[in-house]
Order: sequence, then structure tokens, then C-alpha cells
Amino acid sequence: MMTNPGNRLTQGQFSFLPDLTDEQITRQIRYALDHGWAVSVEYTDDPHPRNTYWEMFGNPMFDLRDPAGILMEINNCRKTFPHHYIRVTAFNSARGTESPAMSYLVNRPQQEPGFGLVRQEAEGRMMRYTLHAYAADRPEMERY
Amino acid sequence: MNEAEPLAGMAGDQVDLEAEFRTSNIQEVLDKLDRELVGLVPVKTRIREIAALLLVDRLRRQFELTSETPTLHMCFTGNPGTGKTTVAMRMGEILKRLGYVREGHLVTVTRDDLVGQYIGHTAPKTKEVIKKAMGGVLFIDEAYYLYKPENERDYGAESIEILLQVMENNRDDLVVILAGYKDKMDRFFQSNPGMRSRIAHHIDFPDYQPGELLSIAKLMLAGQNYQFSAAAEEAFTRYLELRMKLDHFANARSVRNALDRARLRQANRLFGRRSGPMTREDLMTIEAEDVLASRVFQDGKLDRDPQ
Repeated sequence: MMTNPGNRLTQGQFSFLPDLTDEQITRQIRYALDHGWAVSVEYTDDPHPRNTYWEMFGNPMFDLRDPAGILMEINNCRKTFPHHYIRVTAFNSARGTESPAMSYLVNRPQQEPGFGLVRQEAEGRMMRYTLHAYAADRPEMERY
Repeated sequence: MNEAEPLAGMAGDQVDLEAEFRTSNIQEVLDKLDRELVGLVPVKTRIREIAALLLVDRLRRQFELTSETPTLHMCFTGNPGTGKTTVAMRMGEILKRLGYVREGHLVTVTRDDLVGQYIGHTAPKTKEVIKKAMGGVLFIDEAYYLYKPENERDYGAESIEILLQVMENNRDDLVVILAGYKDKMDRFFQSNPGMRSRIAHHIDFPDYQPGELLSIAKLMLAGQNYQFSAAAEEAFTRYLELRMKLDHFANARSVRNALDRARLRQANRLFGRRSGPMTREDLMTIEAEDVLASRVFQDGKLDRDPQ
């Protein structure tokens, strides 16, 4: 049964919604900045859900007051990697939290082939399952 | 008649500039500017003009008489201590009230913050500063040091290029203010005509008159809960006359330093007679002897601090 038509990657916030517009992204960044979180832009072309650490685009941006600068970076990243997944994370450095407080996709490839289920037969009648992204069959930078 | 009115002063085919002016609270900021900044008439005039332009622009937009967003990049020239940084700080607030910038904060930088030390270092450094300043005012002090004509490999040119691009493309995101001495700034613009044409407002900060310096001194003292005695005021006037003839006179900054030293001497004087009773008045008042002890009076030389 097709539970996710179009095989859209659903990671992070808002990923079940239509793609955010630039205006909506700006509002989300403003929310993060108002809380004093450091925002950064990351990209990858390996969509596996356990691929936690994505490539960083430039440095994390501290001490910013206005979302315009971050949106500029996002657009730079989109220009450089038009067919990659790009996400925006907001890092909360408050003691005891010290982890990303927000993370959402702002760019995705035009075609997302999605994941296949790989079954491995093990000892006895045991069955091991694993997720495999079709895109990951090709080498990096040629996946989408 | 109860349609959603986008802004205060709108009624059918007419707009009320007065109402618009009142709702923007701009008068409050201008009054504050008048109160807290002594002299500087050309600067205040220009700020008032800019405020008027932005207000009228807002009304024009209601009639969909669209015009380009005005460029508000500025260049402040003037001798040291004439209030360039102070005005820049106010500028952020004024522009925020007028809705021209979103945050109105001031980011002050010099060459060191913009120009890198090796190839590929400058661009990210400049961009980081620009990103921090977005939504507010970027104040580049002594901007002429960005460009060093004697060294053609200097990375300053790269920084200027990025700045120019941002000044053109992100006009609604940030306002750039360059500041520096007049002659050096003129030379800087001669070798960077692109910079000159992108800056609409060149504001010259005049030197202060002795009377204005005295008012500044009184304002500074009042801010720190001090006051001159009548004799001290007279002594300080004479001090200013002498000091202005000496080298390294830096207008308001020299006044501040002179006051700091007077406070030092006042404290010392009070400490000398600590056995006696002391009133609140004593603690607040700077006497003539605190001012007259300055070396400017005795041998016409500067106090140890060259400023």
C-alpha cells in the first residue's frame, strides 16, 4: 500500500506539509532567533533516517538579529546544491539542553525514489530487515 | 467608511501627513536627538530631511505611487569626537521607527573585522559581519583603511567589492554607514567611485564651539550625577579655551577625558579631608580647584593622557 505518495522524505518538522515558502521559512527562523538559538544550514544526498550528521554549509551563524542573512545563506546553498536535501537547524545552547531545538527541510530533490525494504535470511527461519534508499546506489553527488 | 485602513492618516482620497507623523512617534526621537546632542545643526537637518522623506514615501505607497526604496547608505565625515558613532547609534533607532529597518541594532566594525589574513579568508569574514548587521545598521569606522592603494595584493579590495554588492542588492536589509576623517575619506572615494555613487548621504560633522563643548560637559556630568560649582564652570570654560589650542584636541572626547580627570581630583580632594563631615552636595560638586589643577593651566602642556 502506498502510504507516502511521491516518496517524500519525512524528517524533521513540517515534513508532512507542503514545502515551506521563503516567507514561512523566514518566520520560522525569526522564532529561533527570538529564542537565542544559533541557526545553521546543512545538506546531504543520503536520505537514510540514521544519517544524522549532515554536511554543514558554511559556519553556524551566531549573534544574528535578523532572518535575512540566514535566508541569504539558504539560497546560496540551494544554488550550490539544487538537487540535495537541505535543512535548517536551530541549536539551543542552554545548559541542560545543548541540542538542536528545531530542524526542518527547506530543499529536496525533484525526484525522490524513496526506500526499499531489504530482507536478509539469517540462521534458522530468522529474517532481518533493513531500509535501503534507492538513491544511495549511485555515488555521492550523482544521486539525484 | 469603516474599511480596513492600512495606516492611520488615510481617508478616501486624502491622507493626513500630520496623523501619520504623530503615529510614527518620530517627533519623540527627534526631540531626544535635540536634547542629548548639542550643536550639530547640519546633521540634525539632514536627519529631519531623511525622516520626512521616509514618511512621505509611506504615504505615497498608500496611493500606490511606487518608487524605489530610497538608498540610505551614509557617509559621516568629521574630526575625532564630533559624535559620529553616537549619531549612527541614533540612526538605527530612527530608521526602525520609520519602518525602514526591522531591528535597528548597530554593528560597529573596522578593517580588522572585515578583511582576512590570507586568500579566501576575506569573503566569509565580510559576509559574516554583513549577516550580523542585517536588519540594522552596519557602521564601518575609519573606512578608508579598507583600501590600501600602495599594496595591490591587499585583500581590502575584495571586502569592498562584497560590500558594494550587498549595498546594492540588499538595500532593504541593511544600512551601511561609513565614517572617518574628511580628507582621507575624500581620497578613499576618489579611488572607489563605485562606493561614492552608492552612498546618497554625505554628512559632515562640524567641530564644536567652546559654548557647545561646555553644554556637552554639563550634560555628561548630569548623566553621572555630578555638577560644576559656579567657579568651576568658569574655570572649565578657560580650560577649554586653552585646551583647544593644543595638539590632539578631540572635541567631546577630550571633554570627557578632562572630566574624568577632574572627578579623580575631586575624589582625591574629598579623601584628603575625610575626617570632617561631608554632605551629598560635596560628593556631587566639582570645584574650581579640581579643574585648575590640570597641567594645561600650569605650563600649557597636556595632561599625561594625550587625548
